[in-house]
Amino acid sequence: MAHESTYQPTSGFARWLDSRLPIPRLVHDQFVVFPAPRNLNYLWTFGAILSFLLVAQIATGIVLAMHYQPTTADAFNSIEKIMRDVNWGWLLRYAHAVGASMFFLAAYIHMFRGLYYGSYKAPREILWILGCLIFLLMIATAFMGYSLVWGQMSFWAVTVITNLFSSLDSVIPGFGTMLVQWIWGGFSVGEPTLNRLFSLHYLFPFIIAGVVVLHVWALHIPGSNNPTGVDVKTSSDTLSFHPYFTIKDGFAAVMFFILFAGLVFYAPNYLGHSDNYIPADPLVTPAHIVPEWYFLPFYAILRAIPDKLMGVIAMFASIAVLFVIPWLDTSRIRSVSYRPIFKWFFWLFIISCIALGYLGAQVAEGWYVFFSRVFTAYYFAFFLLVMPIVGLIEKPKRLPGSITESVLGPQASSAPVAKPPKDSSVDAMPGGAVAAAAAEGRA
Amino acid sequence: MRLLRRSLAILALCAFSAAALPSISHAAGEGPEIAAQEWSWAPPFGRFDRAQLQRGYKVYQRVCANCHSMNLLSYRNLGEPGGPQFSEAAVSALAAQAQITDGPDDTGKMFQRPGRPSDRFRAPYANAQAARAANGGALPPDLSVMAKARPKGPDYIYAMLTGYEDPPVDFKMSTGMHYNAAFPGHQIAMPNVLVDGVVEYTDGTEATVSNYSKDVTAFLMWAAEPHLEQRYQVGARIMIFLIVFAIVMYLTKKAVWSRVHRRDHAAKSET
Repeated sequence: MAHESTYQPTSGFARWLDSRLPIPRLVHDQFVVFPAPRNLNYLWTFGAILSFLLVAQIATGIVLAMHYQPTTADAFNSIEKIMRDVNWGWLLRYAHAVGASMFFLAAYIHMFRGLYYGSYKAPREILWILGCLIFLLMIATAFMGYSLVWGQMSFWAVTVITNLFSSLDSVIPGFGTMLVQWIWGGFSVGEPTLNRLFSLHYLFPFIIAGVVVLHVWALHIPGSNNPTGVDVKTSSDTLSFHPYFTIKDGFAAVMFFILFAGLVFYAPNYLGHSDNYIPADPLVTPAHIVPEWYFLPFYAILRAIPDKLMGVIAMFASIAVLFVIPWLDTSRIRSVSYRPIFKWFFWLFIISCIALGYLGAQVAEGWYVFFSRVFTAYYFAFFLLVMPIVGLIEKPKRLPGSITESVLGPQASSAPVAKPPKDSSVDAMPGGAVAAAAAEGRA
Repeated sequence: MRLLRRSLAILALCAFSAAALPSISHAAGEGPEIAAQEWSWAPPFGRFDRAQLQRGYKVYQRVCANCHSMNLLSYRNLGEPGGPQFSEAAVSALAAQAQITDGPDDTGKMFQRPGRPSDRFRAPYANAQAARAANGGALPPDLSVMAKARPKGPDYIYAMLTGYEDPPVDFKMSTGMHYNAAFPGHQIAMPNVLVDGVVEYTDGTEATVSNYSKDVTAFLMWAAEPHLEQRYQVGARIMIFLIVFAIVMYLTKKAVWSRVHRRDHAAKSET
């Protein structure tokens, strides 16, 4: 949150630098003494984990791109060459592929955390919207990256998804087809398509990194939300970011990396589809075209609607609706923990998302379609009906008087504010939150 | 402890969702039930059985290679660590058994020469059309990554190779197709090529269809994942490092946060 700068340059060089490019001041104010609510739980560590993952994906991806051939004839084999003949190529490639799954896993936890604790509510609307934008860019990046493998699933995923735009033919005849051919760079998915997918797959992560900077900046203006949703009132409600949250994030990141490494080294293809080890063949359609697990809920929504154009609209709307959540939620309080009615709807929403994920992998027929429609309907009802209505009629539980009270019990609020330990600068509330250029995020 | 328990719960949740998801995305998988076999390379400490890989190469070379290519493999791979590890002399000899088309030479003509370790495995057909023409219209797929290109990979290959049987009486077969219990749809273009004794084993292993199938499956698994042993070995070190690192981080975290807890305790006792 905005606070006075407490940075004291200690050397001549530090003073010289401080009056020219005050990066040490920025780091000190935003990532060392920055006050964070003391009650943040481990769900708040996923911002830092995501930052690690973004760096890891970009680092592995840059090296992979040195060996990858974006041509229809060589793409598949060049990846196998990486796996076989490039030093540590198998590690780079598996870390990158599993890393994409881990990225989405962490992002989904991060998003559901924000949803549960009302982190999108004022004054964090722009923070939330930037997060949604990152999610949208992630979807595009992951989709394009998956296509580069040029296996059967890659090729047919590109074919199916790009063909979605042809549904616009039912609005303006010919427009959809024209758009699809423009995207393909030809009359079918082929060489020009693969080339542009590769080009954009290399570009997008850097756009993501840029939006992440904005996301962290927007976070550092109001500061982190917290599990109670109660605003920070006194300095006893917060702890300095370093060492309290750097160490907590660090521990959580290592725990997360145990899962990550377990998959990379012992089950690298577990989350993938075996069909993608068959080289792309435009003449053979796989029996079931299934996206990667992280897209399944959206794929289920797409297929739940009988009309092609409406299905496409519903799928895009399912992501677009996330952007306007801050204005759909009418609740006066943030945290679902204190919302006795909404709580049930929230967990039902989680169940719907998981159910849609399951249904997205099934054949679109019979009961699967029926339940896809039921859960799709609830997905939208949750945002468009439950959020506005329940917020108005619900009587929230009594909120704790302060963050400190929620941690130490009610008597703490009447207790004199304890002196912070010497080494932390908790009660320093330095100001002037400047652009937080480092990639460390919590919202 | 509460924090540790919570973080463990989160990790367990991640692990659970990671474990549950592929079974979801494979739920739409087609085809009959495939029995799981015991393989020597099972994680986390498994290794390939060198003798089995060598036998598997023999089965591939004598039987499968008549129709199936393995374009991603070179003869040199047969001598590399983590694989069948044929001796250098054996690799050269195995390579030399194949006649490789090379060229063009100084007169512009292609010519045949014995294979070298740096050559790719010789493909049985010049192109896909030739392969189809020789196989009643069916294209024998390349086997380089076959062990990863089918659901349940090695288990499926073993089940398919041992799955040839007489069709049920009411089952309608298309001409030129063969009944296979493990193949999706049960009609496979590939005939049953393995019979007991078709490949000679010299190391005392019984020359049965079951052993051929197991050995060639192992060979195909290695071909698809030539660095599997290295992956497990590096993985073990990384996991040990991460677990120790996690313990250190946890204890450090506890030590750092104990300052806050001491302070809170002091504040409480003041009231």
